[in-house]
Amino acid sequence: MKNKFLELKNISKSFGKVSALERVNFYIKGEPEIVGLIGDNGAGKSTLIKIISGIHTPDCGEIYINGKRMENWSVVKSRASGVETVYQDRALAMQQTLARNIFMGRELTNIFGFVKSKLQFAEADRLMRTIGFTSKVFASDSAVVNLSGGERQGVAIARALYFKANLMILDEPTTALSLTEAQKIFDFIHQAKKGGSSCIFITHNIYHAYDVSDRCVVLDRGKIVVETDREHTTVEQLVKDMQKIAQNNGKVREGINNARS
Amino acid sequence: MPDLEKKQNNLDRNQEFRRSRRGITKFLDNNRRALSVFIVFIILMLLFIIKNPKIFLNREIYEAIFRSLPIRIVLALPLVFVIVSKEIDLSFVSNMTFSLWIFAATVKAGWDPFLCMLLAILAGALIGLINGMLVVRIGLQSIMATIGMKFLLTGLVAGGSNIMPIPLTFLVDTPFYNTFAGKIGNFPVQMIWAVVALVIAMLLFNYHKFGSDISCVGDNLESSREMGINVSTVKTLAFVYVGIACGFAGVLSGLTYLSFYPKPGSPDELMLAVLASVFIGGTPTTGGVGTIFGAFIGACTIRFVETGIIEAGLTGFWTQFFEGLIILLALTSHKFHKSR
Repeated sequence: MKNKFLELKNISKSFGKVSALERVNFYIKGEPEIVGLIGDNGAGKSTLIKIISGIHTPDCGEIYINGKRMENWSVVKSRASGVETVYQDRALAMQQTLARNIFMGRELTNIFGFVKSKLQFAEADRLMRTIGFTSKVFASDSAVVNLSGGERQGVAIARALYFKANLMILDEPTTALSLTEAQKIFDFIHQAKKGGSSCIFITHNIYHAYDVSDRCVVLDRGKIVVETDREHTTVEQLVKDMQKIAQNNGKVREGINNARS
Repeated sequence: MPDLEKKQNNLDRNQEFRRSRRGITKFLDNNRRALSVFIVFIILMLLFIIKNPKIFLNREIYEAIFRSLPIRIVLALPLVFVIVSKEIDLSFVSNMTFSLWIFAATVKAGWDPFLCMLLAILAGALIGLINGMLVVRIGLQSIMATIGMKFLLTGLVAGGSNIMPIPLTFLVDTPFYNTFAGKIGNFPVQMIWAVVALVIAMLLFNYHKFGSDISCVGDNLESSREMGINVSTVKTLAFVYVGIACGFAGVLSGLTYLSFYPKPGSPDELMLAVLASVFIGGTPTTGGVGTIFGAFIGACTIRFVETGIIEAGLTGFWTQFFEGLIILLALTSHKFHKSR
């Protein structure tokens, strides 16, 4: 149990008759790491991160934070432990400034509730620089709506970083982004890791996962089927593994169809 | 090392300079809509002066306007908060009449006018609180909830007072009257209170956590909730703020016209004129953004247009035509600003 920030043991979750997760074991190391969570639609990725964020309660299994077993795991407890989930677009108020978005709901104020704007702008500038946001056009007092998709994600990452997230969960951050924009997000994530935050990077895209992650975890029909360190595999090997899984799925489907007919 | 420090200081100074430059352009950019209305306002004033210099270069017309304009300003400013939070309040004029009724009835009964004013403000705030609860707790749409409240209050005041006016002339020249409706030289004190209301609203909207929360809630409700903003409280407070303003505007109205008289029909005109002030000032109904200064300029523009048209020799019937024209022109120009 030592040296692990988060550990899930034998986690199962069903929705009615559908089993979303079956006896899943998952962990995040104590030192910052980036974990790519890959899987097809319905593989159980969303269920797993919702359990980590405290939105879903597992049917059975145990959750440990820094080796300590957590009872009655919830959104509040998850946040208090330093787990921040970053949802694309949904997380930002588009017409507000970068600084206002970073400090949304947790503004730096004096005792009368007046916002310390100068301090907020300075902190926002520093944070954006920390994650490698180098735009010369936009500053911390620019509206988020003017930023590109990747830069917007950067704002959400900066927010998680400011509030000292131990673990950031990025839910498909590169969907619908160009290659350059996706690369920006990878840079932001690497900088966040240097800043001390671990990251779970959820994606359909094996190449993105391989590029950015220290460790890749593949989920299939509620089970972890592949778990490998980046240095022990190649992207070609990962693709082969995924193809095998897809073929097996095809066989299973064929079997079900044959049984039905 | 000293060289490095010097370089760093220069960098910091450059950054500070760029930020201050950006501050001015940012102010112009943020208030573009309000400033464009302000320019229209100045042009209109010049036209009025050219058309009728005797009237518009005479201070009396300004004295008259500065006595009635503050009521609209006090009502319009908090409405910006409600509209930025993506809600609307259509009951504010009825709430103002209700608060005025409370003030007039209690002050006529011989109570201390300062206490009566406090009661009127509390009554207004209570109505605002009920509006807020109907919207955030019961989940009614604000347009429907506040229309209901508007009719309820209008009926309550008409039925309760029997549409009998309560004269307030006995208040003239009392310290209370002089504080809120007296004159400094020839300048009506009401306008000073309007400026105080403007400063408070600007501080709250631009520099306080409340303004920041209101903007975020109107911009992205879900995200605000996830980030820990108490969305229900923030929205309710916006309605309460409108209610407090209604109480104060009610008292100002009583002192300006020296009577309470619930005139059926006329509240709707005032309601639309105040809402129009907010919209032509540059606050859209889409939520998330708004301008307090814009609402102030909007209220001034509409009030001066009303007076200017009559003083320019046109009949009162044309007032609404020109008001409508100005509103449509202003909103069209805002649309262009947005698409840039």
